[in-house]
Amino acid sequence: MSGEFAIEARGLSKHFGAVRAVDRLDLKVPKGQIYGFLGPNGSGKSTTIRMLCGLLLPTEGSATVLDTEIPGDSRALKPRIGYMTQKFSLFGDMTIFENLRFIAEIYSFPSPDRASRIDELLQQYNLGPQRDQLAATLSGGQKQRVALACAVLHRPELLLLDEPTSAVDPQSRRDFWAGLFELANAGTTILVSTHYMDEAERCHRLAILDHGVKVADGTPDDLQKNTGMHIVEVLADNPYRAQAALSTISRIASVTQLGIRLRVLISTTVDDPLRLVDRALRAQDMQARVQLMPATLEDVFVAVTMTPQERAA
Amino acid sequence: MMSLTRLMAIVRKEVLQLRRDRLTFGMIVGLPIIQVLLFGYAINTDVRNLKTAVANQANTHLSRQFVAELGQTQVVDIIATVANAAQLKDLLRAGDISIGVVIPHDFDRRVADRSRAAVHLLVDGSDPMILSVATRLRGMPIAFDVARSTTHGKMAAGASAGPIEIRPYYNPERRAPVNIVPGLMGIILTMTMTLFTAVAIVRERERGNLELLINTPVSSAELMIGKVVPYVVIGLVQLALIASVGRLLFDVPIRGSIVDLYLAATAFIAANLGLGLLISTAVKTQFQAMQVTIFYLLPSILLSGFMFPFDGMPRVAQYLGELLPNTHFIRLTRGIMLRDAALVELYPEVVFLIGFALITMTAAALRFSKRLD
Repeated sequence: MSGEFAIEARGLSKHFGAVRAVDRLDLKVPKGQIYGFLGPNGSGKSTTIRMLCGLLLPTEGSATVLDTEIPGDSRALKPRIGYMTQKFSLFGDMTIFENLRFIAEIYSFPSPDRASRIDELLQQYNLGPQRDQLAATLSGGQKQRVALACAVLHRPELLLLDEPTSAVDPQSRRDFWAGLFELANAGTTILVSTHYMDEAERCHRLAILDHGVKVADGTPDDLQKNTGMHIVEVLADNPYRAQAALSTISRIASVTQLGIRLRVLISTTVDDPLRLVDRALRAQDMQARVQLMPATLEDVFVAVTMTPQERAA
Repeated sequence: MMSLTRLMAIVRKEVLQLRRDRLTFGMIVGLPIIQVLLFGYAINTDVRNLKTAVANQANTHLSRQFVAELGQTQVVDIIATVANAAQLKDLLRAGDISIGVVIPHDFDRRVADRSRAAVHLLVDGSDPMILSVATRLRGMPIAFDVARSTTHGKMAAGASAGPIEIRPYYNPERRAPVNIVPGLMGIILTMTMTLFTAVAIVRERERGNLELLINTPVSSAELMIGKVVPYVVIGLVQLALIASVGRLLFDVPIRGSIVDLYLAATAFIAANLGLGLLISTAVKTQFQAMQVTIFYLLPSILLSGFMFPFDGMPRVAQYLGELLPNTHFIRLTRGIMLRDAALVELYPEVVFLIGFALITMTAAALRFSKRLD
């Protein structure tokens, strides 16, 4: 294998009629890393993943996935990638074992090792007791583990996961991510889309997508350090009134209520953000405790998905 | 390149899923048996016991003898005797009788004078089958007891020479099941084979399985062939069921070679499976697949020679009928089962079926794209 990137996309676009689902996306996914796609529903995450594995034809642009050119003949690519669909796509009327056996056969996994590989996966993903249970009757977490087991059975170099944890409980999500790190440590490149901030934080690198456009990318740390915003936390007696008061100030980019706290984003072009907030509240006869906070990914997300006017505030 | 491992993986998956789908599984076995029973017992083109009333206005010895003979044919069942034609019309309109027999006052004289009709039959023409039966009655000879009516001796001799004798070959007893069961094989196989494969791919699309499948190394051809193979076996099992039930209950013979019958059926099954796959690649939902299948099934019943004699159909209908695999298959089954024909003698029908199968399957494999857009 050549090159340090598993995926390199250049101006990848997909239009559905007048809708630009993905708009001129550039992407570089280093090998052996977990790369996150963060974005709300409809931001183009699934469409991008489908283009990268050859399911959809790009309207414009191209990509190199494991040395294979997209668009192009993606047949040679199929045995080298694993793909976990957003919706459970295994056969509900077949047992876990039958599903795994089918996948093993369809990927022409060498037959002498088939049984041992299936046993290994059943154990690894804690599915032994459900071996002969029909897939349709499994819980959300179990279904997701079977889907992952099927996606990695043939030991792919690249794993594409489309919102794999959208239907499972927090404990299952933690276990799932532990599994992903194991795979990454063993050298598998993983592209995972999500709309959970805590999941995005676990990725080595991530790209934030908004309306089909990549609005930021980098390591979670870099993104948090380079928001271009002061993050001010406001603890007020009446957060609702405080929010109303702060929203009128044009130099404040964004105010979000989080329980009894307000999270206020102010451009770094403002020298003293604490005084700005304090004054605004005092003008309305409100007392509040204000302090500067480090940015979270949520703040990053809010900052990068702002309109230019909001940002310039 | 085609991989046997992948092909067999698809076949095994289809069989597993089929086994767990009780309704479909029941349909495979239950449908042929129920259909043969229904058609075998219910469809009876040999009509008997049509309700009939008689207005015998002559009431002579000769007319009474005619009425008695009419009853003996068993085609009609004389349930009433009325005074005049008007009363017969009332009964007809009310649906109480299907045929009214009017014997005029001068019946004896009319029988002698052949230029005038001796008997009027008032027939409920709303059912074409009754009308055709009544037409048959027209040929019934009015025979006479020569000894008792010597005056009509000359005419009696003329009448007895009149009727046309019909001698049906291959089905001398004119039993409907003998004609229907070979045709029914085609209808049942058309219905089940086309429907099963028409929903095959669209079902996986609806359930989301397709997105997984097309991301694996499986090729279009492997997927198509793998999906079709189990149904070829199922179709042949259905054929055996229909033939057995026909044999046991209705004494339908297989005069030709069973091997020929199976070979013909394999070509026919392949043709329908190919069409089913093609439908499956063209529709968006299982419901649409069923609608298209029914759209195809109706002409397969009506224009294939199953319901109406093929040669009696209008030219356009015949052209359409020639395009349907069932038309060719019915010719094959009737030929092999009833006329003891060899498959080689019927080769044009087989060539059509194989060609139809190849074209539809190739089109399906080409249409099926391993992409979502």
